[in-house]
Amino acid sequence: MTTTNRIPTARPAGATSQRVTQARVVRSEWTKLRSQPSTFWSLLAALALIVGFGALYCVLRVTRPPTGPEAVAAFDPTAVSLTGVQLAQLAVGVLGVLLVAGEYATGTIRVSLAAVPRRLPVLWGKAIVLALATLVLCLPATLAAFLVGQSILSAERLDISLRHPGVARAVVGSTLFLSAVGLLGLGLGALLRSTAGAVAGLFGLLFGPQLLAGLLPADWSDKLYPYLPVPAGAAVANVQPDSAALAPWTGFGLFCLYTGVVLALAAWQLRRRDA
Amino acid sequence: MIEARGLTKRYGDKLAVDDLTFTVRPGMVTGFLGPNGAGKSTTMRMILGLDAPTQGSVTVNGLPYRDHAAPLREVGALLDARSVHPGRSAYHHLLALAQTCGIRRSRVDEVVDAVGLNAVARRRAGGFSLGMGQRLGIAAALLGDPGTVILDEPVNGLDTEGIRWIRSLLQGLAAEGRTVFVSSHLMSEMAMTAQHLIVIGRGRLIADTGMEEFVARAAPGVVRVRSTDPAALAALLRSRDGAVAEAGDGGLAVSGLTTDEVGRLAGAAGITLLELTAQQASLEEAFVDLTRDAVEFRAPTTRGAQP
Repeated sequence: MTTTNRIPTARPAGATSQRVTQARVVRSEWTKLRSQPSTFWSLLAALALIVGFGALYCVLRVTRPPTGPEAVAAFDPTAVSLTGVQLAQLAVGVLGVLLVAGEYATGTIRVSLAAVPRRLPVLWGKAIVLALATLVLCLPATLAAFLVGQSILSAERLDISLRHPGVARAVVGSTLFLSAVGLLGLGLGALLRSTAGAVAGLFGLLFGPQLLAGLLPADWSDKLYPYLPVPAGAAVANVQPDSAALAPWTGFGLFCLYTGVVLALAAWQLRRRDA
Repeated sequence: MIEARGLTKRYGDKLAVDDLTFTVRPGMVTGFLGPNGAGKSTTMRMILGLDAPTQGSVTVNGLPYRDHAAPLREVGALLDARSVHPGRSAYHHLLALAQTCGIRRSRVDEVVDAVGLNAVARRRAGGFSLGMGQRLGIAAALLGDPGTVILDEPVNGLDTEGIRWIRSLLQGLAAEGRTVFVSSHLMSEMAMTAQHLIVIGRGRLIADTGMEEFVARAAPGVVRVRSTDPAALAALLRSRDGAVAEAGDGGLAVSGLTTDEVGRLAGAAGITLLELTAQQASLEEAFVDLTRDAVEFRAPTTRGAQP
């Protein structure tokens, strides 16, 4: 290893130009995201699940098509082709957790927060980068899953057109839901600071409420169910009117509200606690 | 310039840092010395705003670190060489850091060159040795060309060549007028590098002093003398306020008198000397003596002697 003692100075960029800004922190977080192998694998897993699992499920349904007019009427080809999103949300949520909890695990968080001592720009930077990356990558995947799924379902004439009312909203909404789950994971990671704890918390929030609601008396649980995080967020992908669910954007808005609460708690803790 | 005033940090019922007041001045290397667990790292984290003080305050160039608009320009810090994502390359670690405050890309290459990591900069940092990690941490600290450099145990894991490199690097930075604050638990290392010392033990300030004063005060010189008549010599020296101890094979360890005084006294009394040497206590001994009981030695007496 060769070494020089002369450290060149960086005078041309003066003190005032080396200010920390939110835009600069977003660039920095983008560099971190793309240079971290776990990100790549999480996103690849999400994309593979969206397209692959969706296609697989469509094949299964085609081999056993619904019989009878009622079953055919209840068949939701959009939902069937987007089944993979339900699994992809785990990969995206875990990615969100890793983006922050991974920094706590490696100690990198101290380097990050020493560079951005006001701290909150780091959290917002991660949130912006994660939301954009998942949207940009998952929207084509969701669309592909829909198109591939419909071409499979068309064998039994079960397919639906993207121009059918509510279908385009379901495709785009599913992608937005994925991003929101990613942000939920991010918030939990920042709040709990441990990968294991935050992943457990994420799965608990996504699946726990439904299980607990099942223990309540039926009329209570029926009333409560649409307001639980995942049922609320998944409403955005409903094509057929569902009286037991919230209106699509209302439900998604509620899920965003839950995510916002977790992110706000995370921001408050990040400012307050020692790094 | 780093100024700590009554800096205190309590974790539960453990007082990690206890009412520390000190100033780190530009233009020289200031060593921050103390046994493991003395509170050095906690103090450094408080300087960087990572941990909030329970009481007191610390500023860098007059402002709390958090209030600096261009923090990397003010302070470059190495806290822990392992604080790198193992899957990320050294280059991307530094690039992400540089981008938070708009430092140009070419500057990343410059610091990579300067610490001698060009051959491995694109490799995953997870495979780095501790010494390479230290070099990467130092590259990160130099990125913003900061006026103040804070390094926590930078020589850990470095080979001899690396240690020598750090030493001249730190002295070079200080000579350029920067504030250089370096922690270590090794007195001998500090002796080669630092001009000023801040010593803490159990979170408390033990000494804030120039290197030479520290040694002189902590361990006054001991004179070793061997003669043909140790008993007579011992009696003679004791009568002149020397503290005398048997040192084996007829030798005496004398403190409180210089070699000149011992030699003249013995000559006047007609005692033949076989050996007369001044034994300066090693720095390591001085340090161990001082920190052996941090509370007992809590004596920031030399603070007033600072310029």
